[in-house]
Amino acid sequence: MKGKRTISKWVVLLLALHAIVIFAGFFAPYDPAEQDRKNPYLPPMRVHFVDAQGHFHARPFVNSLQLREGTFDQYKENTARVLPLSFFVQGPRYRLLGFVPTRLHLFGAENERIYLLGSDSYGRDQLSRFLYGGQVSLLSGLLGAGITLILGLCVGALAGFYGGWRDHLLMRLAELFLALPWLYLLFALRAFLPLAVSPLQAFFLIIAVLGAVGWARPARLFRGVVLSAKERDFVRAARGFGATRGYLLRRHILPEASGVLLTQAAILVPQFVLAEMTLSFLGLGVPEPVPSWGNLLSSLQQYSVLVSYWWMYLPAFIMMPFFLGYLGLGSRLQEYGEPYKIGK
Amino acid sequence: MLARRLVALPQQKNAKEEFLVLSGDVGHSGGRIVVALRAEPKTLNPLVSVDANSREVIGAMQADLVHINRVNQLTEPALAKSWKISPDGLQYTLVLRRGVRFSDGHPLDADDVLFTFQVYLDEKAHAPQRDLLLFEGKPINVRKVDSQTIIFQLPKPYGVAERLFDGLAILPKHLLEKPYEEGKVGQLGTLATPPNQWAGLGPFRLKEYVAGQRLVLERNPYYWKTDVKANRLPYLDELVFLFVPSADAQVLRFQSGETDLISRLGAENFSVLSREQKDYTMVDAGPGLEYNFLFFNLSEPGEKTSAETAQKQKWFREVKFRQAVSAAIDREAIVRLVYQGRGSSLWGLVTPGNRRWRDDKLPHPARSLDQVRALLKGAGFSWGAGSSAESTLLDSSGKPVEFSIITNSSNADRAKMAALIQDDLKQLGMRVQVVPLEFRSLLDRVTQTREYDACVLGIVGGDADPNSDINVWLSSGGTHLWNPSQAHPATAWEAEIDRLINEQMYARTFEQRKKLYDRAQEILWDNQPMIFLASPDILTGARKTVGNFRPAVLEPYVLWNVEQLYLRNDAVNATR
Repeated sequence: MKGKRTISKWVVLLLALHAIVIFAGFFAPYDPAEQDRKNPYLPPMRVHFVDAQGHFHARPFVNSLQLREGTFDQYKENTARVLPLSFFVQGPRYRLLGFVPTRLHLFGAENERIYLLGSDSYGRDQLSRFLYGGQVSLLSGLLGAGITLILGLCVGALAGFYGGWRDHLLMRLAELFLALPWLYLLFALRAFLPLAVSPLQAFFLIIAVLGAVGWARPARLFRGVVLSAKERDFVRAARGFGATRGYLLRRHILPEASGVLLTQAAILVPQFVLAEMTLSFLGLGVPEPVPSWGNLLSSLQQYSVLVSYWWMYLPAFIMMPFFLGYLGLGSRLQEYGEPYKIGK
Repeated sequence: MLARRLVALPQQKNAKEEFLVLSGDVGHSGGRIVVALRAEPKTLNPLVSVDANSREVIGAMQADLVHINRVNQLTEPALAKSWKISPDGLQYTLVLRRGVRFSDGHPLDADDVLFTFQVYLDEKAHAPQRDLLLFEGKPINVRKVDSQTIIFQLPKPYGVAERLFDGLAILPKHLLEKPYEEGKVGQLGTLATPPNQWAGLGPFRLKEYVAGQRLVLERNPYYWKTDVKANRLPYLDELVFLFVPSADAQVLRFQSGETDLISRLGAENFSVLSREQKDYTMVDAGPGLEYNFLFFNLSEPGEKTSAETAQKQKWFREVKFRQAVSAAIDREAIVRLVYQGRGSSLWGLVTPGNRRWRDDKLPHPARSLDQVRALLKGAGFSWGAGSSAESTLLDSSGKPVEFSIITNSSNADRAKMAALIQDDLKQLGMRVQVVPLEFRSLLDRVTQTREYDACVLGIVGGDADPNSDINVWLSSGGTHLWNPSQAHPATAWEAEIDRLINEQMYARTFEQRKKLYDRAQEILWDNQPMIFLASPDILTGARKTVGNFRPAVLEPYVLWNVEQLYLRNDAVNATR
């Protein structure tokens, strides 16, 4: 089964990427909110193997950066100060998976902080912020997509299977939701909430909003799948033998929809991650200093950042494998689920 | 920068017109300069203008009797060529310059001045300047001696009465008298006013307005200033205001050469422009008069105040708590990270840009967490293990100290300050959240509903004289932000500040006033109702073709000498 193998490749890729984010505390060298106020907008440090004298080092190292005279944000490499990378070092305290207290980090340097992706305006490590930010963004994407799919599946199955006035009612409702200007809705919703929303509350608010707003499209899709499934010969036959509606849904119709469900999930997750990023970019997401991918990119709204600090774009590029992974998986699932239509 | 003084010649050869002669480079006539405004000015009428954009435009179209020099911050003659103060300090006799005409050619005389003050003082005209002309509720009395001489009678001696005249535009009686009598004078002077129905005494007059795009002013041919070679000013034919809504867009317009001058720049954009400066000069004019500060909600709990806010106010009212927060803030980091070093730390309301009124005795303690801990301990706070691993600050009843700081979302600098404060206070176990709010709803919370914990805001002083901040100081003032518009001073120290500030207003000499004002600054420091943070430098830039570009730290930063700005020769030809 060639299809299954390519699917598993994508799954392995995604699992690996997610593991890095889940174990962000281990892979990130520093606390994402820790400000290093002496080093704002530090460009990424280059990892070297060969030093200024041309000697090769088996242990990679970076050079410390120092401010150019008379500037605020122009740095140059100080080749005299070599910071060798150490692996499996003791660093800042964190809780692995949220409960195992530890200080072990994949890498770090002694005495000085190193910035492989540069630092932001407060001197916070962009790499650590990216990894921790992924936890917020990916989790809200996964949960948002999950809620959406469950709601969509229920509504779609009800509408498609029972038809009649229920179908009409639910589908008009779905159209209403599609037509809602949800961004303004969110602004309005935010105004009703108390002034200060804790990061956790904000996170759940985002998920609730994403889930509640997004169900209409999948619902229409599932309705179509259910509509066609219930007219299949074996479903008619089962009905003829006196199968109950619940049995039909459970045994015949929903399994038929499972391929579509999985494909939808793979496509919806990155969509919801993007939605979270949009909200955070507009300042409606999780509040600072908690990182999320949208928060990371929101500094690009400023012209000065856009033209001065190229490494502030890097998070956008590093996110790509995540999105590619999901979309690749989605299209493979679709091919696998509908082998005859694709013609493979 | 060289402070160039203006020279008023006592008697001009041409007796008909008494010009004010300005020193400075002699420029070329002609050309236009384009400046960006953040938004359309709301009005051209000095009687109703309150927004910065209107003030900037009106500044180029109107003139005052006595003007504050934006460079040396002292008063100097303008439409009044001289003034005398009576020995009791109650009577100011101003002599008008001869032969001055409005921009429509109508001559100016004492009747215009009388009319102007009549309108400003009329309660029904609702002029924002009215408050300035009242002394403990009693208005200033204006009398005409002859067509060139006017006497202003003050109800009380006032140390710097001549500074009051700065910015009080003298209105054209021949145009405004009839509408004033009909009670419609406030509705005049919209941007759509036909140019021939509007006149002023400033260097430029209205030419054209294109809604949403630009406002074009043209040279006032009757202007009353000349350069040292007796060329009538202004040099420019046109002054164009473009409406460019965002700071970043203004930078782009300036970079692409669409605008010639830029001011109100943030430090980050300033360094972008400085780095790639080719045909423009960027000038850091030095510390300005903007002061940014953090304040806690110290207002009286009303019926609407939630129990939660009232509970938090117990901490805020504790002076040691406020002193601790002040000592915990890393002001140096604010200057470095928010202003890229182009600013100064602040410990009081008077910024380093205001050299005359600064109290050098104010302490400038370095950040010390040990001192902070001692202060908090002294006020009954303690540390305990909270929900997270870090230690949490607890009040005397064991409640964790948590509050939010609101700030206006349109100002990235202040949001950044709040984020730095958040981190500073986290190190002490306080949980702080930063909430950016739209400016109107922020003001509504601070001055009306009073539902907030703490707030980061900034005020831009209009003048170097302390009286421009009077509403911040007085407990009855609307911008006495931590507890605005009080009927009676809530605390003994606020009462004392009220007394000192009122006394300095009527003190006769600078030394007396300074002593009283210093004392008020010290009381403010001891009680920390406002925790001062930092003050940015005034950052400006101009195309290299613009001559006489001398930015000031007072508003309008780059247009204060607009009548002297000129384009160097080649540039004039290019724009023609």
